[in-house]
Amino acid sequence: MKHSYRMENLDCANCAAKMEAAIQKLDGVHSASVSFMTQKLTIEAEEADLPKILKAAQKCVHKVEPDCEILI
Amino acid sequence: MTKPQKKLLFHILIGATSFLAAIALTHWLDLPQWITLLIYLAVYLIPGWSVLSKAARNIAHGQVFDENFLMAIASIAAFAIGEYPEAVEVILFYQVGELFEKIAVGRSCRAVSDLLDLCPDEATMLCDGVPKTVLVEEVPVGASIFVKPGEKIPLDAVVAEGQTTLDTAALTGESMPVSVCPGDAVCSGCVNVSSTVMLTVTKPAAESTAAKIMELVETSASSKAKTEQFITRFARYYTPCVVIAAVILAIVPPLLTGQAFSDWIYRALTFLIISCPCALVISVPLSFFGGIGCASKNGILVKGTNYLEALAHAEIVVMDKTGTLTQGKFHIVEQHAVGISETQLLEYAALAESASNHPIAQSLREAYGAPIDASRVQQVQESAGYGVSVLVDGKRVLVGNAAFLEAAGCKPEQVDCTGTQVHVAVEGVLVGNLLITDTLKPDAADAVKQLRRFGIRCVAMLTGDSASTAKAVDDALQLDAVHAKCLPTDKVRLMQSYRKKLSKKRTLVFMGDGMNDAPVLAQSDIGVAMGGLGSDAAIAAADLVILDDQPSKLGTAMQIAKKTMRISHENIVFALGVKAIVLVLGACGLAHIGAAVFADVGVSVIAILNAMRAMHRKP
Repeated sequence: MKHSYRMENLDCANCAAKMEAAIQKLDGVHSASVSFMTQKLTIEAEEADLPKILKAAQKCVHKVEPDCEILI
Repeated sequence: MTKPQKKLLFHILIGATSFLAAIALTHWLDLPQWITLLIYLAVYLIPGWSVLSKAARNIAHGQVFDENFLMAIASIAAFAIGEYPEAVEVILFYQVGELFEKIAVGRSCRAVSDLLDLCPDEATMLCDGVPKTVLVEEVPVGASIFVKPGEKIPLDAVVAEGQTTLDTAALTGESMPVSVCPGDAVCSGCVNVSSTVMLTVTKPAAESTAAKIMELVETSASSKAKTEQFITRFARYYTPCVVIAAVILAIVPPLLTGQAFSDWIYRALTFLIISCPCALVISVPLSFFGGIGCASKNGILVKGTNYLEALAHAEIVVMDKTGTLTQGKFHIVEQHAVGISETQLLEYAALAESASNHPIAQSLREAYGAPIDASRVQQVQESAGYGVSVLVDGKRVLVGNAAFLEAAGCKPEQVDCTGTQVHVAVEGVLVGNLLITDTLKPDAADAVKQLRRFGIRCVAMLTGDSASTAKAVDDALQLDAVHAKCLPTDKVRLMQSYRKKLSKKRTLVFMGDGMNDAPVLAQSDIGVAMGGLGSDAAIAAADLVILDDQPSKLGTAMQIAKKTMRISHENIVFALGVKAIVLVLGACGLAHIGAAVFADVGVSVIAILNAMRAMHRKP
């Protein structure tokens, strides 16, 4: 299943690319993309893994941009 | 401007003024070295503090090659070698560039989102007979809503009361208004033109046409084009490489030649400043996003930037005939009944085809006119591409093409004519045939001409119809290849053979009406479905959806795709070119630090402005 989430305070395109690379490497993520243009995170993963993935993804995001939040 | 942008502008202005004051002060007064340093440090911190703090924070998070860090190092190193004004300049220029970049990106994103803003947030719902304004999410299915002239229809619905005309331009790019009356379905996103109507909501907000289209376009950024992937990968290696080069440049030449370190450190600074890949990382996806926005404005949905890229490299286009090049609305031009009346002939045909959704079946039912009593029809067996065999009132009725009836032992007469002949047999005896024709869409010829202009080498047509019908279309449109009497399996085989004919790196496009095309779509690089408005199946199956019924929109899509590709290539060449030149000049000691900052942020801004051109299309 593909799920998409809005992101807040995503500030630079290069940061979005870094987040994307980090989230793609998370366990259980089939594919992921962070679009700077639409300020959206799209994750393809099993429904059951989602809560865990989102928590880890938020951590990846904070590492790159401390002010940036995934709106769930 | 947003709040953080205003704050940044404020810092820049104060920083710039005090910088000028500092230059004047140190020029006229003969101050001791340490006081000069203190003055410039103070000035430096006004615009530079945020950069330093961000850099420190990001290092703490393990992000080393971050642009803030690079700028911080570059400016601190400038202080270290005694180039105080340069240090302030680096930060000041960098912040100015950042500000421009943020404003430009913000503008472009908003401009593209505005193109896609199909759906109003609120609807006027009738609650216990009283009109009330509510959020669209709160409107339940079955509720009654009012839409005044000039308003957008907020939800998918059917007209309950009133008649009006709708402008579907926002959805389809088609400017012809459509008139609707009670019982007609209307799509969210259309604008009500003439008079107030009451509608009954048929779908919740999340499933409305407008919401789905917006969702589709917004997630389209998640399937990335190869060019975009290349840039992201390139950026990952580019920064570390340039930084390492900077370190080598600062240390090795002075050690070898015995020259002063400060000169070479200055040169290395230009490297650090240029090492940020931002211009590329932002401008290429922005070009693609603009292209997708432009396509949506013209009633073409693109499901991913990768398809836009593939479309720019299209070489062969294969089209379905019925519903794609032709209207898909058949009408009966001749009927020959043998032994029964013409009305009876039509009745048999309509009853037999009552369960089919084939366009020919629909036209037969329409011609019959009267409601169909489904209980008279039993044991329906449909052979795709041939015909149907059913029991009508207990009698075996066959309706189909000549081959179908021959296989059943009848000998239908072959007439050479344009159109589709539908033969009818009852209990093994031919009772007559109906001749059905379809008309070309008005822009079909233009569609083919446009495709050729945009570099399509071969435009081919597939059809299940007879050779004579196919030839009539070919005569009118001058196609490169025509394949008649295709069964679904033939279509797949033909697509495979076209695939083999492709040149390297070129792509194969299939365009159909989205009905029963899944296996053929799977064989193509880009599957295009026509008339997707309101048809979820077409939207789900295809990579590119043309919302109205015009085949010429494929040419428009190609034009947009080509322009988008050209712009993103321009940006890559421009950004890398300027960076490379400044890197070389910097290494030779010819580039001032200001030039380096320009090669970083200045190039970004220009590339962003260039990317914005992808949003617009010359008709």
